[in-house]
Amino acid sequence: MSLFEGRDLVCLRGGRAVFSGLSFGLPAGGAMLLTGPNGSGKSSLLRLLAGLIRPAGGELLWDGAPVLGALDEHRERVAFLGHLDAVKPVLTLRENLAFWAGLGGAASARIEAALARFSLTDLAEVPARLLSAGQKRRLALARLPLTAAPLWLLDEPTVGLDRASATALAEAIAAHRAQGGRVIVATHQVLELAEAQTLSLGDYPGEGVLLEYVW
Amino acid sequence: MTAWLTLVGRDLRLALRQQADAAMIVVFFVLTAGIFPFGVGPEPNLLARIGPGVIWVTALLAVLLSLERVFLVDYEDGSLELLVLGPLPMELVVLAKVLAHWLTTGLPLIVAAPVIALLYNLDPAALPVLLLSMLLGTPVLSLLGAVGAGLILGARRGGVLIPLLVLPLTIPVLIFGVAAVDAALADLGARPYLLILGAMLLASLALTPWAAAAALRQAVE
Repeated sequence: MSLFEGRDLVCLRGGRAVFSGLSFGLPAGGAMLLTGPNGSGKSSLLRLLAGLIRPAGGELLWDGAPVLGALDEHRERVAFLGHLDAVKPVLTLRENLAFWAGLGGAASARIEAALARFSLTDLAEVPARLLSAGQKRRLALARLPLTAAPLWLLDEPTVGLDRASATALAEAIAAHRAQGGRVIVATHQVLELAEAQTLSLGDYPGEGVLLEYVW
Repeated sequence: MTAWLTLVGRDLRLALRQQADAAMIVVFFVLTAGIFPFGVGPEPNLLARIGPGVIWVTALLAVLLSLERVFLVDYEDGSLELLVLGPLPMELVVLAKVLAHWLTTGLPLIVAAPVIALLYNLDPAALPVLLLSMLLGTPVLSLLGAVGAGLILGARRGGVLIPLLVLPLTIPVLIFGVAAVDAALADLGARPYLLILGAMLLASLALTPWAAAAALRQAVE
């Protein structure tokens, strides 16, 4: 069975263990919600799963194959949405999306579909500097379905979104999962995800493992 | 290849939409070069003598001034981590950004250089050599600068740090760039100096992308 798996993951940031002994398994089409108080390592875990930072211990497996030995390969599976929107203010919305689509070799039809999904079609020719914070977030979200990346990693995707946009996001996630895609979301807000597992980072405290891993 | 050109194209488009940034570099170049005669006096022979050196040094300073922007904007708005996750190897990302940087700073400086040469009463016969030496030398400055620009990401006051990191590395380019023009002025043949500049370009083209890419990966960690 195909599984995106983490075993006994440990994450060190600045010499301090953020979490330790963290394990999970996410099947194709699955969704996972990351919860936990501020500073419990939700963002760190997402960056770790994206391959931006390396775990200090434990292993990551994609369909049984180790991820950490082939990080370049893994990074191409990932569509990542961080705290920052990566929007260029002087480019129009369509140009912003066209760049990321061109980089990933995606067809231009996907750009129109992505704009439509997040109700940005009317704004397509507007320079992104004129957008509100919520609209910028929608533009960042519209980047996700551009490529066929099977793993979506979303860090607080609903920040600044109105109710209709949050629904559009839930629909986009559902469509992605219907095609066998996986989603991992870190959020404080309520996001309607059918049959989602929940991983509470508060259950994997980092304290106490510091010395063991530093020495 | 398409992805690479997409990145170059986006950076050029960004520079084109923010023309003031590129124009400022050229204006800085012309102004600083124009200020020297006020300091050393308007004696034509002296100006013709120091002309090549002044042009090269001010061009170098102008490039340094523009380096901070190379990766910083992408780093601050989150584009850089997406580029790291993207399909392009980081070394190629660096090369694309360096090419766009050179096209928007090095090339305009070369276009402006004849104006300064005229100002300094430089022998027109040496002008082709001056432009050729800049054509070979300024890309080296962009390449070396990219390493510095990558290393300062995440540091406070990075813009001040870049010259400290990059300036010492650029001295050979300065020496051979000026020597080429001086040789042409003395009818000694500038070819060896230009060949050395060409060698520097090839060496930095081969080595700096790896260094800068490592710095960028470190920055997004």
